[in-house]
Amino acid sequence: MRLTVDGQSFDIDADPEMPLLWALRDLIGKTGPKFGCGIAACGACTVHVDGQPVRSCSLPVGQVTGAITTIEGIAANGKLHPVQQAWLEEQVAQCGYCQAGQIMSAVALLDEVADPSDADIDNAMGGNLCRCGTYPKIRAAIKRAAVLRTAGI
Amino acid sequence: MASLGKIARRTFLIGTAAIAGGIAVGYYYYRKPFANPLEADLGKGEATFNPFVKIGADNTITIVAPRAEMGQGVSTTLAALVAEELDVSLDQVKVEHGPASYAYYNSGIMEEGGPFAFFDESMTAETVRSGLLVVGKLLALQGTGGSSSMRDGFGKMRQAGAAARQMLIAAAAQKLGVAAGDLETADGSIRHKASGKSVSYGEVAAAAAALAPPAQFRLKDKAEWKLLGKPQKRIDMLAKVTGAPIFGIDVRLLDMLYGTVKMSPRFWSKPVSADLSKARKMPGVVKIVPIETNYGHGFGIIAENTWAAFKAAELIEAKWADPDYPLDSAAIDGVLKRALGEKGSATRDDGDVDKAFADAPRERIIEADYAVPYLAHTTMEPMNATAQLKDGVLDIWCGNQAPTILRQLCANQLGIEQDKITVHTTFLGGGFGRRIEMDYALYAAQMAKETGGRPIKVTWTREEDTRHDAYRPAAVGKFQARLGDDGLPVALDMKLASPSVTAGVLRRLFPSISPIGPDKTIVDGAFDQPYSIPNYRVSGIAAPVSIPAGFWRSVGGSINGFFHEGFMDEIAVAGKIDPVELRKKLMADHPSAVKVVEKVAEMAKWNEALPAGKAKGMAFTLSFGSWVGEIVQVADTPAGIRIEKVWIAADVGTALDPGIIEAQLISAAIYGLSAAMGQEITFADGMVEQSNFHDFDAMRIFQCPVFEVAILENFHKMGGVGEVGTPPVAPALANAIFALTGKRIRTLPLSKQVTFA
Repeated sequence: MRLTVDGQSFDIDADPEMPLLWALRDLIGKTGPKFGCGIAACGACTVHVDGQPVRSCSLPVGQVTGAITTIEGIAANGKLHPVQQAWLEEQVAQCGYCQAGQIMSAVALLDEVADPSDADIDNAMGGNLCRCGTYPKIRAAIKRAAVLRTAGI
Repeated sequence: MASLGKIARRTFLIGTAAIAGGIAVGYYYYRKPFANPLEADLGKGEATFNPFVKIGADNTITIVAPRAEMGQGVSTTLAALVAEELDVSLDQVKVEHGPASYAYYNSGIMEEGGPFAFFDESMTAETVRSGLLVVGKLLALQGTGGSSSMRDGFGKMRQAGAAARQMLIAAAAQKLGVAAGDLETADGSIRHKASGKSVSYGEVAAAAAALAPPAQFRLKDKAEWKLLGKPQKRIDMLAKVTGAPIFGIDVRLLDMLYGTVKMSPRFWSKPVSADLSKARKMPGVVKIVPIETNYGHGFGIIAENTWAAFKAAELIEAKWADPDYPLDSAAIDGVLKRALGEKGSATRDDGDVDKAFADAPRERIIEADYAVPYLAHTTMEPMNATAQLKDGVLDIWCGNQAPTILRQLCANQLGIEQDKITVHTTFLGGGFGRRIEMDYALYAAQMAKETGGRPIKVTWTREEDTRHDAYRPAAVGKFQARLGDDGLPVALDMKLASPSVTAGVLRRLFPSISPIGPDKTIVDGAFDQPYSIPNYRVSGIAAPVSIPAGFWRSVGGSINGFFHEGFMDEIAVAGKIDPVELRKKLMADHPSAVKVVEKVAEMAKWNEALPAGKAKGMAFTLSFGSWVGEIVQVADTPAGIRIEKVWIAADVGTALDPGIIEAQLISAAIYGLSAAMGQEITFADGMVEQSNFHDFDAMRIFQCPVFEVAILENFHKMGGVGEVGTPPVAPALANAIFALTGKRIRTLPLSKQVTFA
């Protein structure tokens, strides 16, 4: 089957039942999306399919029809995505393992709501677990990213 | 507090372990430096000055930060210690973890291993401390734990930078034909003030590294620091926001196989029978092999991809032998409660506690029973390791908190020499004590024997990870206090029982050492608190339960912080004294503690009345050398109790990076809140009942309170940072819930008795 990932096409030979996450990580070599739980309970595996955030650990690859975007594909022209830039400026990450998923959820949130409230952030980010407890900085970084995006940075 | 004579008679576990470990060598060995492991693997044009500094002819400056980076920012601050003295900026250096080597021993991890409180500076305590520093070097453990990395590294990392800088200056003086005293350094180059001539570090590195290291050098005064004491940008941040392959689970090698493990769900048990036929038929499965290690027994599944291995593991049908521990949580609880009936060993025994209670009027006595459950670490990155065994040489890639132990255990497992093993330590997707265990590495090493030389990445499912941890043990406590006429306690008796973490770790990591003597981790966080009470006894009893118990962020403090400070709140209520005032009075002998309590109370406006439906609770714990006071504010909402705000004041002695320290204090508090609110590991039929984040969850962003942190530097010794925020947060929350509802909760998790929003 053929997958489009971060703007590139890949032909893979996979059982259609294989979760998208493992097709990305083991077959295509995109290790940015992380394995955390396998049951869509932690959000570490979050990627976009046609711009919509999905938990790739629980989505059979055979059901994927749209273009996939991972954390490795959101920076453009050598420039970080505003959400990545905000993450950098707020020094969000600790161990960093969940952050690919956090960032992908935050990108999807900001695509939908340009200036999210605390409640919007709670709703959009509640499925992304962080064991290091970076939540206060994630909240601050999403607000900073909203400003960066509006300013066109 | 204990005298040296008493200690010698009783022994205590960590010291005993060190001595029983066969470290019968003298002072000469202690003084002898370890070889520099960087010499073996220098690139073209690279020169090394000591195990921590490499400089290339192209002026590439590499600093080795040989501690596990598990999110706590250790690689950034260790690099800053070297960079400060080397006079380079952090964005100018490459930071590497480096190889497994005894040269990277952590003696700080042992320093507080004796049965003394951090503030006990008696000759006995100091003598044992200096002895344990020596033991630390003799054991040469390259370990990350005990919030010790900065205390261990503060001297030697700065010395490494200063020595290299001085050698570079000497070589530059020769090259430029000027006096060394007329040279100054900045940003990786050396300048001659008078002539304006300059050379880069790289240009003189080779010549400088050939010089003898200076016998004497001066370290900068704190006032001269450019990097230390100020928040630095983390060196790992860019990689972590771009999804770079920095974790063990991201390792990709040519011709690599994938795998997983299915270990006995009953600890230590062997399979009685197993039917592997269905699993073997799973497409993509290459081979299923038995795994026999000191950590347990089971099967390794070798496959073409991780998912095929996971599916095959589910299809293994095995019967496992009965365990040698009680089958369920109720029976385990029974063992713990029976242990409380024993006399135990008193680590603190001030005054005469028995006498103080003998004639106490009933109405002056308060009593309480406390309990906490087993807990899993659940690092975000499930356990994994990648191994390749080819031509008798093992390469192993994984996050780990003890590379030299890893190397030794893998050598034992495979029956090869340690020098045939290369450990590649990656970043850790969380550690919290879990990756000081070595099961993930041993299983991968064992499976690498079966792949014909191909590398194999072995990833555990979350279910396997949750059910095969080295758990924070369950614990119970029985407490009694006698109040005086002024409401202050005149006597406090604390009895604590839990399975021994130290004995558990020895069984897995150093099976040749038999644990003897009391385990200090059972009483840590209770016996060593800066309260002065005339009659004050803290005793610990090791309960015989062989479920793997391990180091869980703040270890004993995670248990005893809750016990001690919950009961202290009960004493305050019974004595009709404000909890903040009670602590200020009882800790008056320790000005650092009083200042922390005053600071956190001031930040939280403790004395101001709150509107109805809101309340605050406070707690204080001294752990890993840092004095930490926390206040939690809760609110009653229609959806349940909401944790609104947490204030933290922490005296860490010397704050090397306030940004990272603040992040760690908040992180540790959230880790503790997650456990206090809802986590427990329970057992049925000898197996863990929980399996994944649906039944072992942690705090989510919508539950996360607002934090306010103050970092103080009053005490004259440096404290640790990574764990110290955890112990006081559970009791502060429980005390706040008492203030809000009148319900005193003495058992965790709190969610068994209240609902959280």
